[in-house]
Amino acid sequence: MRYLEGVSTLKLDRQVCIGCGLCVAVCPHGVFSVEEKKARILDLDRCMECGACARNCPVAALSVKAGVGCASAIIHGWLTGKEPSCDCGGGDSCC
Amino acid sequence: MPAAPDTDAASPESAEVSFSPPLSPEPPVFPAKGGEHPGVRLWPFVTGWIETGAGPVPQVATRLEKSDIFGRWQMRWGLGRTRYRIAPGLYAVGRPDGDAPVLVTANYKLTFDTLRRELQGQNLWILVLETYGINVWCAAGKGTFGTEEVVRRIRAARLEQVVRHRTLILPQLGAPGVAAHEVQRESGFRVLYGPVRASDLKAFFAADRMATAQMRRVTFSTLDRLVLAPVELTGMLKTALWVSAILLLLGGIGPGVFTFTGVFTRGVAAVLALFAALFTGAVLTPVALPWIPGRAFALKGGIAGAVVASVALLTLPGKMSLLEGGALLLALSAAASYCAMNFTGSSTFTSPSGVEKEMRRAIPLQGMALLLAAICWIAAAF
Repeated sequence: MRYLEGVSTLKLDRQVCIGCGLCVAVCPHGVFSVEEKKARILDLDRCMECGACARNCPVAALSVKAGVGCASAIIHGWLTGKEPSCDCGGGDSCC
Repeated sequence: MPAAPDTDAASPESAEVSFSPPLSPEPPVFPAKGGEHPGVRLWPFVTGWIETGAGPVPQVATRLEKSDIFGRWQMRWGLGRTRYRIAPGLYAVGRPDGDAPVLVTANYKLTFDTLRRELQGQNLWILVLETYGINVWCAAGKGTFGTEEVVRRIRAARLEQVVRHRTLILPQLGAPGVAAHEVQRESGFRVLYGPVRASDLKAFFAADRMATAQMRRVTFSTLDRLVLAPVELTGMLKTALWVSAILLLLGGIGPGVFTFTGVFTRGVAAVLALFAALFTGAVLTPVALPWIPGRAFALKGGIAGAVVASVALLTLPGKMSLLEGGALLLALSAAASYCAMNFTGSSTFTSPSGVEKEMRRAIPLQGMALLLAAICWIAAAF
């Protein structure tokens, strides 16, 4: 199943990339492949911004704005003027 | 070490002496399965104890009991979710030795049960992290299943005294919270990411710890989506009851200012429409997700709501005025759209950037549609 297109904030700096392959291993949607010792984004729109790749890149070649994707947390963020977090007051019904 | 007695030094004659009960630094070894010790109850899944260089480690069963199955059912219906957790620390499956693998998981009991039931016949260690009763993927997103907690738990369990190797096997979905290279730098333990699903662990080990591409993909099957429906509904219950109360009151508004007949006819009809909208947005739309047109969940929910309202208008007996019919169509579409939009938080492929984009467009439309529906509905009473 595919979601909205052209929204992911994922960025890859191929100059810095060392081709270790960790991004390939941790991505739950197969966004990356490593070819000729460099990673490549195969399909940006498959990215769900979970942040696993950026977190595990040993040379910080990847960046993504990994946030909380829960609608009520985002609304709470708008109302309180803060970043959406899992402490949206949803209590027991969250996560 | 027994605590020193407290003495009231001011008046030696009437000195009060109190002792705290002596606490040994290591837990006493409890009897096996089903045993009790005065003041302490053993988790039913503990079948024995393994002696290690870091003290006794509880051995856990790999078969689930009725109480575990009942616990899972309660979780799926949103009952007592935050309290369903086990103590973080080191556990054992089978009779692991210093060379046995170490798996890392969260302390949400449903996660722990899902893991251990796949480990029949294996001998390994399980390092349970403190994720406050949250599953691996959500905790990783929040940061609690994270680099710091992994390092902390390794030290607390004195893992280097239990195993000779220096490798940890983490679930792949822990990756959003754990920086593998930082764990290695700070603890000396190398992180190897295992498969997404515990059910693939057997094959993972059989293939000499190589994960296939399939093992590394997250899907969202119809069954996956269906299983989430009950908790989506129960999560909305409190809000639904408040909105129902308001609708019942509004239903009484009419030519005689306020009538109870209105409450019991128009009000009840509105409450039924509300629950139809909740069901459409939180159950029907998620289950039918890939087959409803549109990428945005708010759009899918709106379409589903409009279809359900249209079917109702065409098939329900009794006459409905144009105003009432219009109100039903608008309100059902808007409410179902809102509920479906909330399902993005439970899905496995929506991005926060995408959710925010669809929310900015959908919420004003939902608001306007609901307002118009309310005006039409109340006007229909006059």
